[in-house]
Amino acid sequence: MAKDEDKIIGDLTSSDYKYGFTTDIEMEFIPKGLNEDIVRLISQKKNEPEFLLEYRLKAYKKWLTMEMPDWGHLNIPEIDFNEIIFYAAPKKKKELESLDEVDPELLDTFNKLGISLEEQKALSGVAVDAVIDSVSVKTTFSDTLAKQGIIFMSFSEAVQEHPELIKKYLGSVVPIGDNYFTALNSAVFSDGSFCYIPKGVRCPVELSTYFRINAANTGQFERTLIVADEGSYVSYLEGCTAPQRDENQLHAAIVEIITHKDAEVKYSTVQNWYPGNKEGKGGIFNFVTKRGLCEGDNSKISWTQVETGSAITWKYPSCILKGNHSVAEFYSVAVTNNFQQADTGSKMIHLGKNTKSTIISKGISAGKSHNSYRGLVKINSSAENSRNFSQCDSLLMGDRCGAHTFPYIETNNPSSIVEHEATTSKISEEQLFYCQQRGISNEKAIGLIVNGYAKEVLNQLPMEFAAEAQKLLSISLEGSVG
Amino acid sequence: MLSIKNLHVSINGKEIIKALDLEVNAGEVHAIMGPNGTGKSTLAAVIAGREIFEVTEGEILFEGKNLLEMPIEDRARAGVFLGFQYPIEIPGVSMTNFMRTAIDEIREYRGEKPMTAGEFLKYMKEKQKLVELQSKLSGRSVNEGFSGGEKKKNEIFQMAMLEPKLSFLDETDSGLDIDALRVVANGVNKLKSPDNATVVITHYQRLLDYIVPDFVHIMYNGRIVKTGDKDLALVLEEKGYDWIKKELGEELN
Ligand SMILES: Nc1ncnc2c1ncn2[C@@H]1O[C@H](COP(=O)(O)OP(=O)(O)OP(=O)(O)O)[C@@H](O)[C@H]1O
Ligand SMILES: [Mg+2]
Repeated sequence: MAKDEDKIIGDLTSSDYKYGFTTDIEMEFIPKGLNEDIVRLISQKKNEPEFLLEYRLKAYKKWLTMEMPDWGHLNIPEIDFNEIIFYAAPKKKKELESLDEVDPELLDTFNKLGISLEEQKALSGVAVDAVIDSVSVKTTFSDTLAKQGIIFMSFSEAVQEHPELIKKYLGSVVPIGDNYFTALNSAVFSDGSFCYIPKGVRCPVELSTYFRINAANTGQFERTLIVADEGSYVSYLEGCTAPQRDENQLHAAIVEIITHKDAEVKYSTVQNWYPGNKEGKGGIFNFVTKRGLCEGDNSKISWTQVETGSAITWKYPSCILKGNHSVAEFYSVAVTNNFQQADTGSKMIHLGKNTKSTIISKGISAGKSHNSYRGLVKINSSAENSRNFSQCDSLLMGDRCGAHTFPYIETNNPSSIVEHEATTSKISEEQLFYCQQRGISNEKAIGLIVNGYAKEVLNQLPMEFAAEAQKLLSISLEGSVG
Repeated sequence: MLSIKNLHVSINGKEIIKALDLEVNAGEVHAIMGPNGTGKSTLAAVIAGREIFEVTEGEILFEGKNLLEMPIEDRARAGVFLGFQYPIEIPGVSMTNFMRTAIDEIREYRGEKPMTAGEFLKYMKEKQKLVELQSKLSGRSVNEGFSGGEKKKNEIFQMAMLEPKLSFLDETDSGLDIDALRVVANGVNKLKSPDNATVVITHYQRLLDYIVPDFVHIMYNGRIVKTGDKDLALVLEEKGYDWIKKELGEELN
């Protein structure tokens, strides 16, 4: 066993990041560092209405009074905010009409990622709002969607075209001062996506956004806002991978979801930011606040995430179950390898009656990494007959990694039921032997077993995304042998 | 096909197999019988390449190649199959996916083109029929929640899928009801060809009514102490292992 494990650990730790490449697209920068003038400059460059500038300034002032959170099971290096460039936009040459006009380098990048816009457009019917750094480069399908009244565009565009919706919903789920990173994001957010599904509309395609960090020293502060009006439905995909580089990069995104009565939003993420090298150098710091509000009765929000990247992941997609009979789900696979650190989980806040939440978390730790599940289930006194079921499993590969579980449960209503189950397991030598005896290599066997372990979560993903995620899981744990 | 000479195997310094010799040729069926704990499963595991066992002396040649120098998966790809006494469960991995992965890897090793999904499904259906395996089992996770008998049948199904040259079936008959026993035995017989060989490890003579062996070996205390034809199994059934012990004692004296 010992020999086998050493080999596996060796293989894993020598696995290299597959998507490490950069594109040379001309960038336009503003000076490094953060102060009130920078905040004003960002707002001015984006030609924002007054209310948004005020929002940003308020957030900036709040941020100044706050401190980096230190309660995570994480070792976070000092971040020098004066060294960060808070805004970068690819230089616009002219308005783009079709894909032919998109920078070929950019198209090539998408091709390397296996997410060519053309293919997406032609084959899968997915509307892609590709975000390179801070400004959205190309939005497809928006015309088709517009016919149904669906709004799907970059956040900046939405600010110009639908300021009333932005004003109404921005910060309504994640308040400015929620935490250090939400204050920061609210002050300097660059761009992101906005999505509005009108009453009774079922969005006919899966909406997807691909994020990339692409300029050295540029913090990424994405802002996503999804509003599902009464009786509507949308499945939204977010996937990302970042180029390989040496300096650490800060990423502090906010995603807000609001579902009105009888509406449903399914939000799926595959997160594959650059995790740093084998020695733990470089990699993205990923501090994300994602929260959904089941505002109306019978509404539903489900988060599915596959987290394989980033040097540090700090992320707790959460739901506030306000409407009666509302339903919330969180399905997560988090892989950490080498020196990666992840502190992730979910918060389910039950306010409405007969609300129901489910948490399925699968952690996979390898190398010298640390993987923590942190979750809060809170049943308010008003949440009669509410239920939560949480299942938190950890899979350890080798004995130099760590898995930790921090479940917090607060029930203030005796008619509610909260169940929590947790397991820790290892890939057994018997399982590997069985696979190998059938001719399957050690590496492939690990891929199979890990994907099997995570199946419950992967099954929640839309089909094409699931295949990509499966590959990603194997790749993240793959060695460079042979 | 398989030639084992003077094999010694230890685990944690304890010698389990002692000076074992065995020759198996293509087209032959062998049966190995012997009391509990005499090293039958150990022998099969060493041939398959289980690393916890240490080979301290001797050699194993498979088609002239030194098997002991080959990694586990290469032995399998070269045609060595082990039917496990206790099949392993792999949650979340469907039998179909498991077999697909195995066959892809084996074909790649042999320089053959991968099967298309259609070809694979057709091939799998044929093999399911051959071993009378319910097709619903292949949709389920590998061995997870399978009954004892289903697990054993599933081993034969995998053998049918992988078409090995040399199969060691470790107590594949244990825990089977009469019908399942017949199914398993029929499967093995149908898969028999002049180019492959099967070694069944069993405690029960009744299996040998269905799978008629060319040789029966009695293993005792880490070595093969007696070899005969199928009638040896009948004698053993009648007289029990005391007879062997006595005979051995006499030999030793
Ligand atoms: N992993 C192990 N660690 C320690 N001892 C072992 C291990 N595996 C096998 N042994 C010992 O080796 C001896 C032979 O075991 P083996 O399983 O090969 O016997 P067997 O002939 O197959 O018996 P049975 O008929 O009960 O299946 C036994 O004494 C057993 O306890
Ligand atoms: Mg045995």
